[in-house]
Amino acid sequence: MDCDQNAVTLGAYLDGELPAEKTGSVREHIGNCPRCAADLADLVMVRRALRPARGLFTPSAEFRRRVERQMERPRRRWWAMQFIPGAVLAAAVLLVVVAWTLYSHRTDGFSEIADMHVNALASANPVDVVSTDRHTVKPWFQGKIPFSFNVPELAGTEFNLVGGRLVYFHQRPGAQLIVAMRQHKISVLIFQDSPEMDKAFALPAGVRHSNAFSVESWQSEGLRFFVIGDAEPAGIDKLAQLMKVVNQ
Amino acid sequence: MNPEFFESVAMPLFDQLYNFSHWLTGDRTDAEDLVQETYAKALKGFRSFEEGTNLRAWMYRILRNTFLTSRAGLKAQTMAPLDDDDTDLEIVTSHNTTPEVLLLQKESEQKVMDALASMPVHYREIVLLSEIEEMSYKEIAQVLAIPMGTVMSRLARARTMLRQALTARSTEKAGKWTVIKTPSR
Repeated sequence: MDCDQNAVTLGAYLDGELPAEKTGSVREHIGNCPRCAADLADLVMVRRALRPARGLFTPSAEFRRRVERQMERPRRRWWAMQFIPGAVLAAAVLLVVVAWTLYSHRTDGFSEIADMHVNALASANPVDVVSTDRHTVKPWFQGKIPFSFNVPELAGTEFNLVGGRLVYFHQRPGAQLIVAMRQHKISVLIFQDSPEMDKAFALPAGVRHSNAFSVESWQSEGLRFFVIGDAEPAGIDKLAQLMKVVNQ
Repeated sequence: MNPEFFESVAMPLFDQLYNFSHWLTGDRTDAEDLVQETYAKALKGFRSFEEGTNLRAWMYRILRNTFLTSRAGLKAQTMAPLDDDDTDLEIVTSHNTTPEVLLLQKESEQKVMDALASMPVHYREIVLLSEIEEMSYKEIAQVLAIPMGTVMSRLARARTMLRQALTARSTEKAGKWTVIKTPSR
């Protein structure tokens, strides 16, 4: 009988890698060809003889631990890489929230200061004590507010003292002086300083704008001062400097 | 990709990779170095590993390539000229094996191991992948980065070499057979 099989075909047959259509004919051939049957038997014997090679060498427990440890380091790094961006983002969000909260507090605080100024101007009695004399206005506040302050001499300046009134900011009494600068009315507000107030109004020195008003605020000798009005910033600042000089 | 996930899918291959590595290197320390380097490389490259592809074949391929570029691997390759031409496969196919020889072969598994260990590395690895790791030809082709046809011819040649070696040793021990000739079919 002619034999046209080769070692590749027999090996593929043994490994179950022959196409289905060819498997049957090879099987049939092996059944009729003693040489191929013997070859196949050889291959099976080799396979059986190789079985002990499977798992012959086993890694030590120490070596396994070493490789596992080797993988733990990147795992820790990976977790860090997963969480660090999240933590950074969370910190950034927190920062924005804190900054916004502080800003909004300040904005709210300045809004209240602006409201006091507007209230005074809109009132039928914008001042409780009408006097251009600082020596009249200052004593008027005695017994009404729990602190004392100085009023600068405005004679000879572009400012004229109109009078004063009692105001409250967060349930704390304070003094409001109304000062005229040409047609503009400017309020000077004075309160006892407190940590809350300091936090709400701690801003860089100088005039800032709030609700179309120019406002300058500073802290001195336990008092918090505001100068606010619709006059130009230079005028606000000038009056603020006069107040600072006499209240240092 | 998550290293924890890599560990969960790659560590189950640890024992068999080590066995394969030891068969390739023939030395415990070299085998450990090879496996350790394989896991390090695989972990590093796991990001580029595409889910759905054959992880086992991928790991074996890394190990095998790492071995071939190692000092031991380079040495093994220079000692093992590779011939994937299957035109003379039939020539080396032996038909001299007899039931007595096969019986001797069965009785001496250690000799099989010796024969496997002494085979040129390119034949040894394909026998290991096929017979020990029971990989399909497709997987073997992926690991060794060779065409399927080459897998088949190289494996056939490796098996023939094993049979020759076994038969020769059995023949020597039996004292009644001479070294096998390889007549054409």
